[in-house]
Amino acid sequence: MTEAEARAHDLGLAHQFADLEQQQEADTLGIWIFLVTEIMFFGGLFASYAIYRWLYFAAFEGGSHVLDVRLGAVNTCVLLGSSLTMALSVRSAQTNNRRALVLFLIATMILGGIFLGIKGVEYDQKFVEHVVPGLDWAPEGKTLASLAPGGLGHAEMYFFFYFAMTGLHALHMVAGMGLLLWLVLRARKGSFTSHYFAPVEVVGLYWHFVDIVWIFLFPLLYLIGGRY
Amino acid sequence: MSAATLEPRVHVGRNYLNADYGWKSWLFTLDHKRIALLYLVSITFFFIIGGSFAVLMRINLVEPQGAIVQPETYNKLFTLHGIVMIFFFLIPSIPAVLGNFLVPLMVGARDLAFPKLNLLSWYIYMAGGMFTLYSAIAGGVDTGWTFYTPYSSTYSNTQVTAVAIGVFITGFSSILTGLNFIVTIHKMRAPGLTWFRLPLFLWSMYATSVIMVLGTPVLAITIFLLALEHLFHVGIFSPALGGDPLLFQHLFWFYSHPAVYIMILPAMGVVSEIIACFARKRIFGYKIVAFSSVAIAVLGFLVWGHHMFVTGQSVYAGLIFSMLSFLVAIPSAIKVFNWTSTLYKGSISYEAPMLYALGFIGLFTMGGLTGLFLASLATDVHLNGTYFIVAHFHYIMVGGAVMGYLGGIHFWWPKISGRKYPNAWASLAAAIIFIGFNLTFFPQFILGYLGMPRRYAFYPAEFQVLNVMSSAGATVLGVGYLIPLIYLIWSMRYGPIAEPNPWGATGLEWKTSSPPPTENFAEIPVVREEAYAYAAEEAAGD
Amino acid sequence: MSQQVVPQKTYLMVFFGLIGLTVLTTGVAYIDLGPFNTVAALVIAFSKMLLVVLFFMHLRHSSGLVRVVLVAGFFWLALLIGLTMSDYRTRSWTPAPDSWSSTAPPTHP
Repeated sequence: MTEAEARAHDLGLAHQFADLEQQQEADTLGIWIFLVTEIMFFGGLFASYAIYRWLYFAAFEGGSHVLDVRLGAVNTCVLLGSSLTMALSVRSAQTNNRRALVLFLIATMILGGIFLGIKGVEYDQKFVEHVVPGLDWAPEGKTLASLAPGGLGHAEMYFFFYFAMTGLHALHMVAGMGLLLWLVLRARKGSFTSHYFAPVEVVGLYWHFVDIVWIFLFPLLYLIGGRY
Repeated sequence: MSAATLEPRVHVGRNYLNADYGWKSWLFTLDHKRIALLYLVSITFFFIIGGSFAVLMRINLVEPQGAIVQPETYNKLFTLHGIVMIFFFLIPSIPAVLGNFLVPLMVGARDLAFPKLNLLSWYIYMAGGMFTLYSAIAGGVDTGWTFYTPYSSTYSNTQVTAVAIGVFITGFSSILTGLNFIVTIHKMRAPGLTWFRLPLFLWSMYATSVIMVLGTPVLAITIFLLALEHLFHVGIFSPALGGDPLLFQHLFWFYSHPAVYIMILPAMGVVSEIIACFARKRIFGYKIVAFSSVAIAVLGFLVWGHHMFVTGQSVYAGLIFSMLSFLVAIPSAIKVFNWTSTLYKGSISYEAPMLYALGFIGLFTMGGLTGLFLASLATDVHLNGTYFIVAHFHYIMVGGAVMGYLGGIHFWWPKISGRKYPNAWASLAAAIIFIGFNLTFFPQFILGYLGMPRRYAFYPAEFQVLNVMSSAGATVLGVGYLIPLIYLIWSMRYGPIAEPNPWGATGLEWKTSSPPPTENFAEIPVVREEAYAYAAEEAAGD
Repeated sequence: MSQQVVPQKTYLMVFFGLIGLTVLTTGVAYIDLGPFNTVAALVIAFSKMLLVVLFFMHLRHSSGLVRVVLVAGFFWLALLIGLTMSDYRTRSWTPAPDSWSSTAPPTHP
């Protein structure tokens, strides 16, 4: 290849593209289209949730009151913080600051890990309270009193959505953590410069999307009907 | 005069087929053309499997009491026939074979935007296929390809989870293909290739890709929920626990109706290319046809409730869906009018691709018209669940999509393989397929109207004559499908070597060698004329 | 890719805005607004999403095509939810006779 081609290749230009600008535009469009597929993927769950919440509001409200709002709110802030650090890591790549890039990526991972840890605590709590549909559904005491008015069968449906929606979200978080780890390893080797940092931005967009899903999950699952 | 002086000696130079040898060069390829061939082999394999299930079904239906299988087995046959044919043959067929091969060539690019995702999409498709084959071998599934709940989620004892995983996985193959095409068509068009200079095949592929990207994820989440319900018995689709089986149907058909447009739009794109070439004329009303493709894709998402007119959906929702279903027929009809107008005063020749395209127009029109009976609430009450529906969708899927696929394979075969096939055999096969198809499926319209239910292993004796006719037709159809398999494979070794543009067609793919070199073009072409510039060429030739 | 470098301060302000909205939505849940609790929660969630999309995801500096893609995604989700809901909401408009406790005279023994 010519010297110009070699330079372009070194900058990470793939052979099917005419220049880096075309490649960057293609990468951006590609990740946004992928995020739209994720909107429709989660969307099916949100649609089902919307139907059953409308049909069985009392049960959903009762189920929602069993959740720990403080943990949910804290987790929301943790994830928002991770979005901040992610945005700052992209900015670090843009400004050729390798050290900051690596640190912010690691910070994002740490915050993501905290989120998953708190989620784990919450899931464990559900087993303690025996409100896990299909696996351990036997609510008792205060929990039972909270759920009974809406109908236990429909309350079980609420918890199904709780686990399905937060579980699917958590799976996406785990995938995101894997992607972040990959970025950290590459960033430490110096793979990203202000001329080429597409993978960082692409993973960043994915991470923000996962954050947005939680932005909706928090009020829809934890704050149904109000707690007055 | 000897043939040697009439045909220039064509030297088989370096091309994508002989660029590298060995299984690794195929299984780890990033070349969109090789990936298209990987898909070609796989979908042919699945077509044979799905077809075998159909053969067994038609043999069974020769006798009113069922000739060869028990009802439980019959249920598994029609289920697996549907799943394999839809998810592993029809949906990938044109996009993954012809689309993968042609999209970069037609836009004047060296490859798709994301070659690695392209290869990944094939591996994902194969993984899903393996799960489905496993489920077939391990006992099969008897829920119907529609997986209606609560039977599939609660009561069926068959391999529902395995096949659900297979379909779930394969969906991502579809999504990646669609994503790749959209980005490629938006961002990688050659200089001078504006949107309204694109071949209509690309407009169809673009519209198809939009459906793939927006609809398939909903199928994925639906299957995911179905599997969860099957495993944990929670009741989100089961009335016993307050769930609604119809919610499953809403989610399922939100994808599965647009899916039928994934299956037909690419075939319509192929037909546009073939008609223009073999009538030596630009497609009449290019822009209208292009916008119709997009309109079909969009409107196709608004009609899914017409599958649920009789299952318990609200009548008012039914009214809305019925009206929208009539609306979506309009852009399809517009295309048929435009193709016909293209033929008018065209210089028509009847090579095999044209036979398939003409067959498509006739059979798709019949299938489409019968769809209107089904879109109409009152008549659907009588026809739903009968063989009328079976005939309707086979006219579109087989009479339409499969013939479009075969037409495309025959049109672009010289480009793909660098060889030509014997036109006499190809025309004979096309005729056999046309006759066999009508013999198989026309009686089914009558059977359905008379009341024979679908998905039944046995039927009242008075329907036997029509059933036997249908089964006889299926035999003829099977023979028709076998013939191209034979001569196309034969041609790869013994067929005459093809020139770069054996049909004299327009389009960037014909401006490179047959087969193309790995990098597609020595130099990226610059486009200066409209698509289908046949008239200019005709004028020059006079 | 956006070539514009967004100042750190902007990101921090957006972050604090997001935290503030989180506190707001949690607080509003403890006030009785009837059906408007749901409205408030959704409005606040949408606002948070807009902040993330416009600033963290650089949609402010992105091409029109990307914006159309994103809007299309939400539009399609709205189609799914809206048309499906239309079935559930209109089912009661045609009440089906309750076959177990119908007061209509039996049509067969």
